[in-house]
Amino acid sequence: MILVLLRRLGEMVFVLFSISILVFLIFFATPGADPAARIAGRGASPETLAAVRHSFGLDRPWPVQYGLMMKHLFITQDLTSFVNTGQLVVPAVLQAVPVTLSLVFGAAVLWMVFAVLVGVAAATWRGTIIDRSLMMLSLLGVSMPVFWLGEVANLITQARFHDTWLFSWVPALGYVPLTQDPFMWFKTLLVPWTVLAVTYIGLYGRVLRANLVEALNEDYIRTARAKGLSERQVIFRHALRMSLITLVSMFGLDFGALVGGGALLIEVVSSLPGVGMLTYQALQNLDLPFIMATVMYGAIFIVVANTAVDMLYVVIDPRARDAR
Amino acid sequence: MAAAGVLVLVVLACLSAPIYAAHVSMSDPFASNLDGSITIGGQSVDIMQSTPTGLGVTPIGPTWAGQYFLGADDQGRDVAARLLYGGCNSLLIAGGATLICLVLAGFIGIVAGFTGGIVDTVLARGLDVLWAFPVYLLAISLSAVLISRGLRLGPVTINSDSLLIPMAIIGVVYVPYVARPIRGQVLSLAQSDFVLAARCLGVRRPRILLKDILPNVTTTLIVFAPLMMALNMLTEAALSFLSIGVQPPAASWGTIILDGEGLLYTRPMVAIAPGLAIMVTVVALNFLGDGVREAFDPRAKLRVRK
Repeated sequence: MILVLLRRLGEMVFVLFSISILVFLIFFATPGADPAARIAGRGASPETLAAVRHSFGLDRPWPVQYGLMMKHLFITQDLTSFVNTGQLVVPAVLQAVPVTLSLVFGAAVLWMVFAVLVGVAAATWRGTIIDRSLMMLSLLGVSMPVFWLGEVANLITQARFHDTWLFSWVPALGYVPLTQDPFMWFKTLLVPWTVLAVTYIGLYGRVLRANLVEALNEDYIRTARAKGLSERQVIFRHALRMSLITLVSMFGLDFGALVGGGALLIEVVSSLPGVGMLTYQALQNLDLPFIMATVMYGAIFIVVANTAVDMLYVVIDPRARDAR
Repeated sequence: MAAAGVLVLVVLACLSAPIYAAHVSMSDPFASNLDGSITIGGQSVDIMQSTPTGLGVTPIGPTWAGQYFLGADDQGRDVAARLLYGGCNSLLIAGGATLICLVLAGFIGIVAGFTGGIVDTVLARGLDVLWAFPVYLLAISLSAVLISRGLRLGPVTINSDSLLIPMAIIGVVYVPYVARPIRGQVLSLAQSDFVLAARCLGVRRPRILLKDILPNVTTTLIVFAPLMMALNMLTEAALSFLSIGVQPPAASWGTIILDGEGLLYTRPMVAIAPGLAIMVTVVALNFLGDGVREAFDPRAKLRVRK
């Protein structure tokens, strides 16, 4: 088992290295324009261009440039924005992480709970009108652009129905840290959590239903039924347990992807100052050092999270050990 | 089949955009029209109306009549006409990206799976890395770099406002999603009995590839097509909403939602209409995808019937 775990770690290092090379190639070696002009932003002065050229070693060979990029990103962490002169990028990103974590964590709890409810309900009453309407709703949830749903939610809770009893509790858009006021933290995040969760409830609900329906045709379910177990016990104790495995590995991937930057659309629509919001602001004025940093840190988080999930599997599930 | 019908309707509606702009909306959907006025029920109404407080102006809301059917955006442009033009771009990008993705993925998957050896190792590893790179981050970094200055590759120059940029980016980022299953399929096909039989008969490898492998892979690619197009549609909208997809003054459903963001509380229809259009199209594509899968994969049909 130790060997398998070590091998997985080795793969992680390889993937991280490759991703850093890819990021380097995208930002420094894309043909078409001088990378210094790209990094310095629109309408930069010749002095700024010269400074960028010097600090990233753009007149030196590519391996040196790569090394300098990594040094600015991770060792000295002194990557600065050239659009908002002097703003340090890496501390700004690290400061925004708790906001994104709060958003994604709450949404994840919501979507796992509701996806299991939707999946189990649809599989239990498969073929009936309940099944069909749940699956139709899930499909709608998957097919909506998430930022659009967020805007519609804002429209309903902030303007149209804000003065009614239903949504008068919704605070103005923004973020309140958990440490400052836990109750306000919860209230400001409830709408963004719901919006973010909708897509995943649809996605996971559909996958879980398919898995459950398949599992219910398996032999071990027939055995369970033959033992005289109640339908509830058959579904929850036997079928659901097997079917959840797919969901858990999907969860690892999606949670990582959201924290690593996928949540940016929701953060923008709900005015949450997380990592995604930083990326968005950087995109508005094409502030490439910022984008480079958020992409690198996001990608690292995702790869490390996925590796952690995989290694957890190896520890928990003996089959994962043999498969490799 | 209803899904295919809905899609045809959406495409036809979008293709009729120039006719709509010229004969119904009678305005240029790409030029700002802040001083214009339209005639509703015999009365001339300003497109930009002063607000009740007297401060600033609000674009006209939905008239539900021919001109400015869904109202105007903050530039005084007809939202309905822009919606149709934007639909053309959204569909074009989503469709083009799907084509790019399937062709690339099919090629990589077949080459990797059929050649084996070092080629396979390199390609499979590359796909793994691309797979580990989150789609949105990859698309964002590629767009940010390409939108800022365009792309110049030898004799080919692509301007930064070209539709080809979002199309190519969206096509490329989803390649691993399709190429990995294709590679797996080719690997197992290469081991299958009928390929073995063909090889025993002395059939040459190119012929096996063309007659035995390719038809099977094509089926898989066709099954993937509508689902990938649905995914691409949503990605395009997201990139355009982040202002790194379709560049103004051109429109897509994503950019119109962005235009509507500032008007959300006064003229919500500007943002709501393109979102609904995306939703209808994506739902139809997903249904079509299910239909195509059932048509091509008899086992899937069996599974659903159980």
